[in-house]
Amino acid sequence: MRVDLRTPLARARSLIALPAGAILLAFIVGAVVMLVSSPLVTGHFDPSLPLRTYAAIVEGSLLSVNALVDTVVAATPLILVGLAVGLGFKAGLFNIGGQGQFLMGAVASAAAGAALAHESPIVAITLSVLAGVLAGAAYGFIPGLLKAYTGAHEVVTTIMLNYVGIQVISYLITGPLRAQGASFARSPDVQNAELPAFLNVGTGHEAHIGILVILVVVPAISWLLYRSTTGFEIRTVGANPDAARYAGMQPRRLVILSLTVGGMLAGLAGAIEILGVSGYMPAAYATNVGFDAITVALLGRATPGGIFFSGLLLGALRAGAPLMQVKAGVPVQMIDLLQGIILFFLTADVIVRFVFRVRAGHAKLDELQTVTRSYGSGTGKP
Amino acid sequence: MTSSPSPTISAPALEMRGITKRYPGVIANDRIDLTVRPGEIHALLGENGAGKSTLMNILYGLTRPDEGEILLDGEPITIKGPSDAIARGISMVHQHFMLVPVLNVADNILLGAETMANRVFLDRDEARRRIRELGQRFGFDIDPDETVGRLSVGWQQRVEILKALYREARILVLDEPTAVLTPQETKEIFAVLRRLAAEGHSIIFISHKLSEVLEIADRITVIRRGRVVGERLPADTNEEDLAELMVGREVQLVADRGESHPADVLLSVESLAVGDDRGREVVHGISFEVRAGEIFGIAGVAGNGQDELVEAITGLRRPAAGRVRLGADDVTMADPRQAHEHGISFVPADRHRFGMVTSFSLADNLVLTDYYAPPYARRGVRDDAAIAARAEEAIREFDIRTPSATVTAGTLSGGNQQKMVVAREFDRDLRLLVLDQPTRGLDVGSVEFIHRQTVRKRDAGTAVLLVSAELDEVLELSDRIGVMYRGKMVAILDGPTASREHVGLLMATGGHETPEGAPQGAAAPEPRRTGA
Repeated sequence: MRVDLRTPLARARSLIALPAGAILLAFIVGAVVMLVSSPLVTGHFDPSLPLRTYAAIVEGSLLSVNALVDTVVAATPLILVGLAVGLGFKAGLFNIGGQGQFLMGAVASAAAGAALAHESPIVAITLSVLAGVLAGAAYGFIPGLLKAYTGAHEVVTTIMLNYVGIQVISYLITGPLRAQGASFARSPDVQNAELPAFLNVGTGHEAHIGILVILVVVPAISWLLYRSTTGFEIRTVGANPDAARYAGMQPRRLVILSLTVGGMLAGLAGAIEILGVSGYMPAAYATNVGFDAITVALLGRATPGGIFFSGLLLGALRAGAPLMQVKAGVPVQMIDLLQGIILFFLTADVIVRFVFRVRAGHAKLDELQTVTRSYGSGTGKP
Repeated sequence: MTSSPSPTISAPALEMRGITKRYPGVIANDRIDLTVRPGEIHALLGENGAGKSTLMNILYGLTRPDEGEILLDGEPITIKGPSDAIARGISMVHQHFMLVPVLNVADNILLGAETMANRVFLDRDEARRRIRELGQRFGFDIDPDETVGRLSVGWQQRVEILKALYREARILVLDEPTAVLTPQETKEIFAVLRRLAAEGHSIIFISHKLSEVLEIADRITVIRRGRVVGERLPADTNEEDLAELMVGREVQLVADRGESHPADVLLSVESLAVGDDRGREVVHGISFEVRAGEIFGIAGVAGNGQDELVEAITGLRRPAAGRVRLGADDVTMADPRQAHEHGISFVPADRHRFGMVTSFSLADNLVLTDYYAPPYARRGVRDDAAIAARAEEAIREFDIRTPSATVTAGTLSGGNQQKMVVAREFDRDLRLLVLDQPTRGLDVGSVEFIHRQTVRKRDAGTAVLLVSAELDEVLELSDRIGVMYRGKMVAILDGPTASREHVGLLMATGGHETPEGAPQGAAAPEPRRTGA
């Protein structure tokens, strides 16, 4: 099916049709769920509940400086890990290891931060961030190496490494890295390695300098993918590994590279979360960022610009959740539900295309092939 | 235009009147009339994209026409789908066989037309009896219990025809039936078709091979850009006339290749052995040389080791033994990048698998093998302006029909995709040009263009290695011809003097056996690689 792509506008419209349709449908289905369950929340059937819920989310995520800061702080790790997953998609890989790479980055920067807690901030911050980046890189390098030289599927190895990561962290934080005198198992405060706030709009709403990293990383990854020859190679391997080999590229090297750079980005996200938000690492760090990032990457069609916006959107939902719970009485789990429905409609794109009469062609999400190929079909040895 | 071609006019078996089918932006069929008489072999001739397939899909019930009517024995009918078409006696033999290789002949034929003994069980004995009977009637004895995967391609095609006959087809559509056959197999299938026609079956024979159409057809309808542009009787026409009708302009059918002026040996292959993906050796110690300024053609039925040989020379596959030299350089173990930098250009047989990235733009595909080097990139950074300029130049020089250089390559027609690959691989500083099936599936105009470019490269002093399953292509272009059979080079002949029959026989037998498929039967002498 040919699609009219003569004007950039038509091209852009066809590119955002599916993500936009999925989001819209998710909000509609979410509204229906709220209507049906409104007697449980308010004691009686309440037709205005969906509207009040969405209004509260918008207020809590957009309508004040506080809210905007919260949105960006919540979006930062989503965008970084989203880029890690998206880079994998571009190379034809389904990196489910964002979670483990994020956590390894977090624990490494927490350890470095604790060790350098009394050095000058510049030294402490630089080295702690670096530690997180390197740990994430190493944790992406392992599945890359396994894939390139044994054909072990990255979906399997990255999922396993996520579990390994959780155990390693649990051991480190309850053992060698445990802070003396803390009431629960956690690493010591990072103190001087803490990322300073450049905008302080109230307790718990600091805009730390870590969020500025996004302004560098998103264009950098975009440059890597679309301006550099390495990015051309990554995209070629992802689109057609046989053609890549024919063209003299080295699929193995590119698989390792893509997963390692992805690990760096996820590790960077972990470092920013520890040094910018929490200030220490608990034994059981509660996060779902590695999996949320898959939604972010798919919603953003695996392009850096798209991931930037979809990360902001999901960040806004997260940031608006507390106010939603207070004002509308809807539990924060509603956000997980919405996010889940978005992912559902992205993967079941036939529904979106049917409802909104989106034609195929460019509207299709190529990345979904990588996702579906990952299950069922055996190895993807390059 | 000829009118009432036959004095004894029998009532038409099938009439398609004023068939029109529009797709957004194109009219695939524009008021097409087609009349097929009982016992007639009617050829439908046209380039790729001319509208043959659309017309046949309408006849087979896969597509509904926007206008027009279909008459069967004078009765207007509506065909709701393939099962409806089959029920009315219209059957189609597809270019890619719709057979289950692990099942036997009888079960394949029964699929979808089960003969039941009772409500639960198949009546296989009755089915076997009918299959034998049909086979005998039309001159090809076939063993209903033979596994289809063990049959040669030619015999698989007969199973497809039997399938149609078993369903009591009176009108048989054959879509490019000879594309996968050797010359001998083609002759055999033609004999079968003539028997079918003699028994009163009507046959619609779709093709773009002019010589075959002239040989087999009773009548020829030529379609161009969705319209019938002429109807001919074979006696009143010739290849040039048909080609001109088909393309809409005068076409040079045989490349004007002139004298070759071979210089020094450039490519020398010594006792090269190559394994396939499963590690079985499929090229057994082949040796040959190609000189600068000559075209060395390799003829052979597909699957006799040609692909592996070519992949070994171009670096995609590691040879198991032997040597490949290019001038003074040993390139036996070169990878694709090293081969490229030694001046080896490669047009692969499967352009969708190797030759291009369908989701990339035309411009990106044009630099697929040169993307890393100046002027297209410096220090790892792409130069979009240089890439765009190169694209404009290639589009102009190689006559690639495209709205712009930024369109996705997958949306181009097959001919234009191949021109894109050819532009990239021909238009550089090269010493050896390796062409694997360079014109497979292309229309006459594109074939002519690619052949002319190939001869031009030769005359410029490039060594050309041409592999093709299309015997005519090898004969037309080659200065010398090597014949490959079961992984060996069984003969090397002088191109201009080689006869079609001799090369065809070598292709089919290796030069020391009787032609396959001759004895009473079902299986080919040896199970060959199957599937298209």
